Amino acid sequence: MFHRECGYYKTSYQGDQAILPFPIAKQAIFGLLLLFLIVIPFFANEYYLSQLSLVAIAVVGALGLNILLGYTGQISIGHAAFMSVGAYTAANLVTRIEIGGEQLPFFLALPAGGIMAALIGLVVGIPSLRVKGLYLAIATLAAQFIIEWIINHTPAISGGAAAAIEVDRPALFGWVMNEQWELYLFVMFFAILAIMAATNLVRSRVGRALVAIRDQDIAAEIIGINVFKYKLYAFAISSFFAGVTGVLYMYYFSIATYEQFQIVVSIDFLAMCIIGGLGSIVGTIFGAFFIIMLPVVIRIVMESFGPYFMDPSYLPQVIGQLRLIFFGGLIMVFLIVEPEGLNRLWQNIRNYFRVWPFSY
Amino acid sequence: MTFLKTLGMAAAVTAGLAAANAANAKDIRIGMMCDRTGPTAVTGTVLCPGYHDYIALVNSRGGVMGNKIVANEIDIEYKVPPAVEAYQRFKQDGAVLISPYGTPMVAALLKTMEEDKVPGTSAGFGTAAAANGEKYPYMFPIAASYWSQTAAAVKFVKDKFGGDMKGKKVAYVFYDNPAGREGIPVMTHLAEKEGFEWREFAVPAPGLEMGAQVLDITRRFRADFIIAHVFGRAPAVMLKEFKRAGYPMDQIIGLVWAVSEGDIAAAGGWDVAEGYNTIQFAGVGSDYPVLDEIKAMYKADGKEPPKEMEFTVYYNRGVFQAAMHVKAIENAVKAKGSADITGTDVRDGMRAIKDFSLDGLLPPLQLSAKDHEGGGFVRVFQVQKGEYVPVTDWYRAYRDDVLQLLEEEHKG
Repeated sequence: MFHRECGYYKTSYQGDQAILPFPIAKQAIFGLLLLFLIVIPFFANEYYLSQLSLVAIAVVGALGLNILLGYTGQISIGHAAFMSVGAYTAANLVTRIEIGGEQLPFFLALPAGGIMAALIGLVVGIPSLRVKGLYLAIATLAAQFIIEWIINHTPAISGGAAAAIEVDRPALFGWVMNEQWELYLFVMFFAILAIMAATNLVRSRVGRALVAIRDQDIAAEIIGINVFKYKLYAFAISSFFAGVTGVLYMYYFSIATYEQFQIVVSIDFLAMCIIGGLGSIVGTIFGAFFIIMLPVVIRIVMESFGPYFMDPSYLPQVIGQLRLIFFGGLIMVFLIVEPEGLNRLWQNIRNYFRVWPFSY
Repeated sequence: MTFLKTLGMAAAVTAGLAAANAANAKDIRIGMMCDRTGPTAVTGTVLCPGYHDYIALVNSRGGVMGNKIVANEIDIEYKVPPAVEAYQRFKQDGAVLISPYGTPMVAALLKTMEEDKVPGTSAGFGTAAAANGEKYPYMFPIAASYWSQTAAAVKFVKDKFGGDMKGKKVAYVFYDNPAGREGIPVMTHLAEKEGFEWREFAVPAPGLEMGAQVLDITRRFRADFIIAHVFGRAPAVMLKEFKRAGYPMDQIIGLVWAVSEGDIAAAGGWDVAEGYNTIQFAGVGSDYPVLDEIKAMYKADGKEPPKEMEFTVYYNRGVFQAAMHVKAIENAVKAKGSADITGTDVRDGMRAIKDFSLDGLLPPLQLSAKDHEGGGFVRVFQVQKGEYVPVTDWYRAYRDDVLQLLEEEHKG
């Protein structure tokens, strides 16, 4: 088509290792950045901005989980609990520490939330050295409930009987971000940062070590990878991402409440990774988009076509139920038709157009 | 881009439907979040039809001063992200009043709604603190908060003991989450004031296993009275367990989410719950003129009244919410003189609601700029021979103590 891969020679080691080897990739990334950072905030209305903000926040959390699940092969059902750790750490810091009459700025609170979650993640990761698979799943499930319980029952952390801490909107040197497009840029900035961090992480020594552990941990140990260390790294990194996600949710909703980080949310994030494609950064982004937007799209489609099939007054009663059925059904169809996730679908499309129209 | 296209089509269809109905008058839009699926579906599947029926009744009489009310509903599954999505969609549609559903959802939208100047109601949940209209100018709990309910329950217990609670033992059974724990500060405060002994008994989620707590209450603590604040499937389990332990049902009083017909049916029927005291923020039973009017509306259309009307506890609460919304809009339209009302107008309309009782279905609410709770009125209905019988009038208790706690909460 517009792009041919022949004629580009890799003449240096740097060139060989580049994330974006071809000009078209650079152009595409540039175009996407332009679209998401300039075009959309200017032209999209608040509804789309709020939806994209939720997707962007979910991308950060799903990337974290995919590093653990897809790259290291360790399962965690306690991902949402680490988000609540991040959210409550940041909420406590910003409401208790004041600098010049202002709440602690987000650029300090956000990493603090991440680091706290990473520390807790290290502790929770310890069982991963002994147990694998389903057993590890149960161990992390325990973490989910323990963390939830502790937050719920410790007023010093949860801020009182309501277990919710209200915070101000994020502010950057006096610029308070309370418009929808400002919040969108705020979360998008961190989502892009997270994508860059994850992309670079998986091609570093740490990332290769994680993949080695996933593929065969005994072999990894034999070739000199400290399995103990890298498994804990994986848990810490993954929890750090989760903690940051929690802080982003906290700022987006202006409140930290543990009720939005319950077990269902952990499952949602697992679904994002599995549907998007395990061990793929692009896939994770697709997965987050899919899981957040699918219910919305299903509902809108049903609202548009439902009145042709039934009395509109029954519609609200039916839509809620049908949406759940379609959502579950579509996930199953996806897993059967394309078990390697949306990422594989994307690869197939790409490969097709790579050689199009001369595919022989 | 299919997403944009479908959305466009959805908008076109809704707009088309609306245009057909509104020749010259303006449609006034309300956004209604609902949960017909998810953990609290038992409530939503009955409450939301009640809501829509009342709106339909108002529209069948020509709407609010000739302007039709359009109440769009979105099912949010008791999850926060869908609630945010629903809110933004309602706002885009130009809703002048949006009612979120569920404590975490109210919490997540509180700030945004204030910034967007869109009023909302959170009848029966949300934090008690939201009753302060000065701190949260756009959120209206309208019904008695958990604090007011707990205070009213204590008052009921006190009356049962003949006005003296000294040395009596009261058990506070609660669902172990923030909403469940809300009554604790009130209990602590009133126990000191009235000199009764009390203990808290937490029921961990999902509240389906209460054998240990019930034995603890009946055999070890030997409570003289029980105040129960549980929701979801827990109330049915609780009633069943207390019955099995042989505890007298007329010494239990349940707060507003533990008291529906569905809970009693699931516990094993009316016989099991005979004597159970229930706190209500909207009237129960079918003897209200407005319910007859809704039935008449269905008959006029040649339809049977919906079966949800049999579940009067939640159905009536739906009617209650809708009536409050319509009344606020009516006040706003009257004050403005036209249907071009904004969220702030509706907020002021809500604050202007006084002594609006819909022939006894609603408590004598007194809303004001400061008091968004409307006074914190409840009424106790006792289960007697297969129906709810009112045993008190609308009342409130320890109002000064509750307000004082509210003040402290805002300072702290």
